[in-house]
Amino acid sequence: MAEVKLRKIIKRYDEVEAVRGIDLDIADHEFVVLVGPSGCGKSTTLRMIAGLEDISGGEILIGGDVVNDVPPKDRDIAMVFQNYALYPHMTVFQNMSFGLRLKRYPKAEIKKRVDEAARILDIKELLDRKPKALSGGQRQRVAMGRAIVRNPKVFLFDEPLSNLDAKLRVQMRTEIKKVHQQVRTTTVYVTHDQVEAMTLADRVVVMNNGIIEQVGTPQELYHSPKTRFVAGFIGSPAMNFIPCRMEANGDSLSVRLNDGLVFPVPAERVARYRGHTQNGKLLLGLRPEHITEAHAHLAPGEIPFEARLEVTEPMGMETLVYFPLNGTQVCGRVNPNAGARDGAPLRLAADLNNMHLIDEASGRVI
Amino acid sequence: MVDAVLQGVQTPGATRKRSSLRRTMQRKSTVAFLMALPLILMIAFLVIYPALYSLHLATLNKSMERFVGFGNFLFLFKRETFWKVVEQSCIFALTAVFFKAIIGFTVAHFVHNVPNDRQRKWRGMLLVPWVIPPAMSCLAWLWLFDPSYSAFNWVLGIFNIGPVPWTGDAFWARFSVILVNIWIGAPFFMIMYLAALKSVPDQLYEAAAIDGANWWQRIWYITLPMMRNIIAITALFSLIVTFANFDIVQILTQGGPIDLTHVFATWSFTLGIQGNDIPLGAAVSLFMVPILTVAAVFILRDITRRGNES
Repeated sequence: MAEVKLRKIIKRYDEVEAVRGIDLDIADHEFVVLVGPSGCGKSTTLRMIAGLEDISGGEILIGGDVVNDVPPKDRDIAMVFQNYALYPHMTVFQNMSFGLRLKRYPKAEIKKRVDEAARILDIKELLDRKPKALSGGQRQRVAMGRAIVRNPKVFLFDEPLSNLDAKLRVQMRTEIKKVHQQVRTTTVYVTHDQVEAMTLADRVVVMNNGIIEQVGTPQELYHSPKTRFVAGFIGSPAMNFIPCRMEANGDSLSVRLNDGLVFPVPAERVARYRGHTQNGKLLLGLRPEHITEAHAHLAPGEIPFEARLEVTEPMGMETLVYFPLNGTQVCGRVNPNAGARDGAPLRLAADLNNMHLIDEASGRVI
Repeated sequence: MVDAVLQGVQTPGATRKRSSLRRTMQRKSTVAFLMALPLILMIAFLVIYPALYSLHLATLNKSMERFVGFGNFLFLFKRETFWKVVEQSCIFALTAVFFKAIIGFTVAHFVHNVPNDRQRKWRGMLLVPWVIPPAMSCLAWLWLFDPSYSAFNWVLGIFNIGPVPWTGDAFWARFSVILVNIWIGAPFFMIMYLAALKSVPDQLYEAAAIDGANWWQRIWYITLPMMRNIIAITALFSLIVTFANFDIVQILTQGGPIDLTHVFATWSFTLGIQGNDIPLGAAVSLFMVPILTVAAVFILRDITRRGNES
């Protein structure tokens, strides 16, 4: 097991820079998830750590050693691929033991390790089968087993759950977390699914356009996004961004959305936003869970307003409501018994204690 | 579409017999069979009829007037030349197929690693020996092997080697016909293996690279097992074609020197057409059937077994 360090990593394909100088320190035993939209450079970064892509610039260190020119087989890493990459002509046992057999481990040791991995992953009865006779979930377990038996310094996962159906994905997510709790190997996991990222990671690395937007724990990313991109990427449904102006009224501040709608800013946030009253291009960031039906007794910072709902989406435990506000469509989450109906008006409350103010020009959260 | 058309012509009140006939006609398999029937009849006419006719011919005497049963076959068994032809056909086919496979596999690997934009050019050039009519290319080879003007001997002469009697000596004549067969046939293996190589997912190689496999181990543990069926089918197909080869031997050596390079097809031609003993020629050509059947059964059984496994 080892820590992984990326120092100003660059990947260039001809004229295109896929990864643009990223720095990242991954601690020993840590589970780090790289997340971002397609083409953001997350898979390329993982493949560079694996040694499957050359590095155009910068340094990668595994366990303190620079591995830029070390071939994949000598990096002591194991990788789980999106489409499993199991050898179709080998049985599960042969697939899992392939790496050990190449390294000429004694047969007894190989059997011991494979049996142990099979026990952890609950695939003991599958060892004699070929990959074709396995379901998607079973193949994924075998792919993980192949990584575990090697007892490598680092596990690399490249979107391992993308090919599974929704139910199995949730199940396998839990499995991966359990396996990591048992083996504690340093893990770098790539996904485009922010829910996967939030549920699995010790720390999440949000990437966009070849750079790191923010690194932090799932809670940090959710509560304190640093950029508009992170604010919009983390959370489902995504955060609402409503054009607004900041107005000063003596010591207090208020957010003006339009002529008829003004939200007073909670006192503890006034200092942070005071310098932005002249900024004409601001966005109010509010997550749907912070726009709810207005209760009789509103907490401090909760501001009621009227909205005419365009669309309602009953989800069972909650109902998502969509309504126009200041030229954008805004989503809220209300109690299913709040009486939300398509086309009907509803009294909602915005919880400004959880508001974010974004400078539209720089994309930074203020 | 066909079903819809056929359903359209169904009329109520038809007799039971007619409606059962109609049902049979409506089945997709029946329609498919009827549509394929002209081709099936053509194949029957072009393959089965000549095969049965040659069986019939092989049981007649030289003047084709009297039935002699297995007489021609028994006669062949007693002739030393026949056993030489069996031996040479086996050496010719097995050696040529082996080297065609090795060369085809190696070249396919090189071409596979050429960047895509340049690959088409290489593929095209490497296919040239296969697409030139063999009669033409064999004439060129004949010229290269010529006892007096051989270009090969001229080159070897620079290094004080030779001259080599390319088609005059038993060993070199055998070597020459096999060499030309490999030259013509290797591109076919190359193109088949290239297609097979392209079908092996890159991620398997990446997984193997991470598992610690070097290039040779990647070929041995990933490429070859993944290509086994294509290798087997290509080898079988080539074995059949090479075993039945006629043009190369006929043009380069006419079976000589002293019948040592004859294969079944050329010897059958020599006996049947040139020697005017059609039944004996037919009997010789029929000997290819049992030998190739044994090879085909083994190879196809292996492919079926692996197909079921995976």
